[in-house]
Amino acid sequence: MKTKQKIDTVARDLSDEVHEANFIGAKMKSERRYAALGRDYADPDKLRETAGKIKQHTLEHLDQYLEQAEASFTRNGAKVHFAFDETAARQKVLDIMNEKGCKSMVKSKSMLTEEIHLLDFLEKSGKEVVETDLGEFILQIDGDHPSHIVTPIVHKNRRGIAKSFEREGLGEYNDDPETITRRARAHLRQKYLDADVGLTGANFVSAESGRIAIVTNEGNARFCMAANKVHIAMVGIEKIVPTDRDLALFLNLIGRSGTGQQLTVYNQFIGGPKRPEQPHGPEEMHIIFVDNRRTEVLASDCREILRCIRCGACLNVCPIYRQSGGHAYRSVYPGPVGAVLSPLLAGNRFPQLADLPKASSLCGACNEVCPVNIPIPDLLLRLRDKAKREGASEAMKGTPKLGMWATLCSQPSMWKTALTMGHTMNYIPTQLVPHPSAQSWQGTRKLPKFQGGDFRKWFKNRKKK
Amino acid sequence: MSLLHTPPNRPTSTSVQLMTTCLCDAFYADVAQATVEVLEFLGCDIELPEGQTCCGQPAFNAGDWESSRKVVRHMVKTFTGDKPVIVPSGSCAAMVFHGAPLAFEKEADLPEIQALANRTWELADFIVHGLGITEWPGKLKANMTFHRSCHLRGSRSPEAVATLFNSIEDLTVQPIDEVEQCCGFGGTFSVSFPNISEKMGELKIENLVACKPDIVGAADMGCMMHFGGMMDKRGLKTKRLHLAQILRDSLKNAGKI
Ligand code: SF4
Repeated sequence: MKTKQKIDTVARDLSDEVHEANFIGAKMKSERRYAALGRDYADPDKLRETAGKIKQHTLEHLDQYLEQAEASFTRNGAKVHFAFDETAARQKVLDIMNEKGCKSMVKSKSMLTEEIHLLDFLEKSGKEVVETDLGEFILQIDGDHPSHIVTPIVHKNRRGIAKSFEREGLGEYNDDPETITRRARAHLRQKYLDADVGLTGANFVSAESGRIAIVTNEGNARFCMAANKVHIAMVGIEKIVPTDRDLALFLNLIGRSGTGQQLTVYNQFIGGPKRPEQPHGPEEMHIIFVDNRRTEVLASDCREILRCIRCGACLNVCPIYRQSGGHAYRSVYPGPVGAVLSPLLAGNRFPQLADLPKASSLCGACNEVCPVNIPIPDLLLRLRDKAKREGASEAMKGTPKLGMWATLCSQPSMWKTALTMGHTMNYIPTQLVPHPSAQSWQGTRKLPKFQGGDFRKWFKNRKKK
Repeated sequence: MSLLHTPPNRPTSTSVQLMTTCLCDAFYADVAQATVEVLEFLGCDIELPEGQTCCGQPAFNAGDWESSRKVVRHMVKTFTGDKPVIVPSGSCAAMVFHGAPLAFEKEADLPEIQALANRTWELADFIVHGLGITEWPGKLKANMTFHRSCHLRGSRSPEAVATLFNSIEDLTVQPIDEVEQCCGFGGTFSVSFPNISEKMGELKIENLVACKPDIVGAADMGCMMHFGGMMDKRGLKTKRLHLAQILRDSLKNAGKI
């Protein structure tokens, strides 16, 4: 069907294979998530509300908690840096590597590094960087991008992956998942041993103890710091929670909401470099807090989106994401969270992404599953209003104008006339109705019969009886 | 702000105002009529404000809040007084008690908008939680499936619908797969995103008719117009009834009206 909206075009043209992979991946996880939360907690909604309140409270006092976190990390012997934007964040990583004479890096999965295009930058600066999350590793060898924030290669199938491995000299074609994993593991093992620096993200940061919490299912984050001289943790400033005790709640929620696991397989808590009595571990730990427009988002009327813990539940349950896949969102964060966050993080490129908030039927499924209870539909609506006020053309494409309609709806006499006149519609074949909305509707749906005014007439006569 | 929670402590009374909704006004006269018959069976005295048009939702969802506010202001002028306002549609009700206050957040007349929001009820919610009816004295021999419209999320309506249906004699409601999935309407969404909307509708229909029900029900004519229109186009003849029609028909069958 003809369409002007980019996401709708992608959904229409998506190959069956990718569509099916996206669809099955998302459906399976949302089913597991519903089961896991419902089975383990009598009142999951209460839990989501509490978690949302903790995050909101933290955001409202973010300056204080950041200061506290800085002090705690410093006490632990870690070095704390603040990067205002992506340029500063990338440069900071490069500076640390250069200072320590590091040439190669192993990194574990982090959406923030995608956001600031760290990999490209470091490679252009002559450093070797290897992704160690299996999914990210596959994306790296394919020159591809994540299409999901938790399962970055949800759009791929094992036949394609096996071909990529063959191409990269990682053994003969074999699409058995276990073989693929074993080969990746053997390949990455040497990379861990050879690297000078390991980079990770952080799922949560406790301001109280100066500890980051990292959850993975592959244990690769652990290897990224174990064998190296230097560990760099790159963290969005919104990842802070007040105390260690809060981690219990969030770790319980992130696994269940993301993948339907009660707890993610590996949970790491790191508070600083190795101490003299410890035999292994990095000699230095750097933590880089990245702003990159987050304070702008905090100042906007969509600040609740910063509560997000990147669990991916809203992607899995979102009917639009299911039909279109993550790449349709043309930005790092796809799905409902991306439709809010990406245009906000885009700064003055907002108009270019202003169509993303339109890609929702506002069904509210995202809000219903979000472990931190973000009112995503409300935020999408606010962004639509902003796009309209600012005249962002991407957002207007394909949307009927409603000014005339509003006038009609504020004048009862006009409204009633329209209702009666509308009856003539029943005698015109709908194909002839010159409105584009009627055109696109009648392709796949039949419009109901017009009965304007019938009810009012019935109601009046009934009263007269 | 969180889930679309219905306002607490809404006034209840058998003296009510009816918000027909523009869809029933223009296309679904019998749904509005059934709403009246059901409410009158319950002893309600119904006032139908003449000047009513639409709740403003199409423009609100499309991001044209200025146009939407124009319509909402008209609605507030039309529904005066303090009687409960009953709406036979989950999404129009949610527009009044959730959407409108959002669109008026920074406006001076927010209190008036809020006042209307605070007395607005979706039909099933009103019957069960407003009037305290927990047994529906109807009878309907049918196997049905029910589309849980998205805008019933967070309100107490789904629970109210279940209470009413479960007590209708001979009526069985079959659960459907992926009940949380939207039918793909979303007002102007279905016009701007026609391909995704159609795929969503197909999925919804598949799930709704999987068990070959006699009736497919919904509490929102917006959804019904969408997936019903698709069913018509595909020649699927399964009967479709709005919540109000099911309640009314079951009363007729039981000889109560
Ligand atoms: S918005 Fe909520 S559901 Fe979506 S990824 Fe973030 S925390 Fe998870």
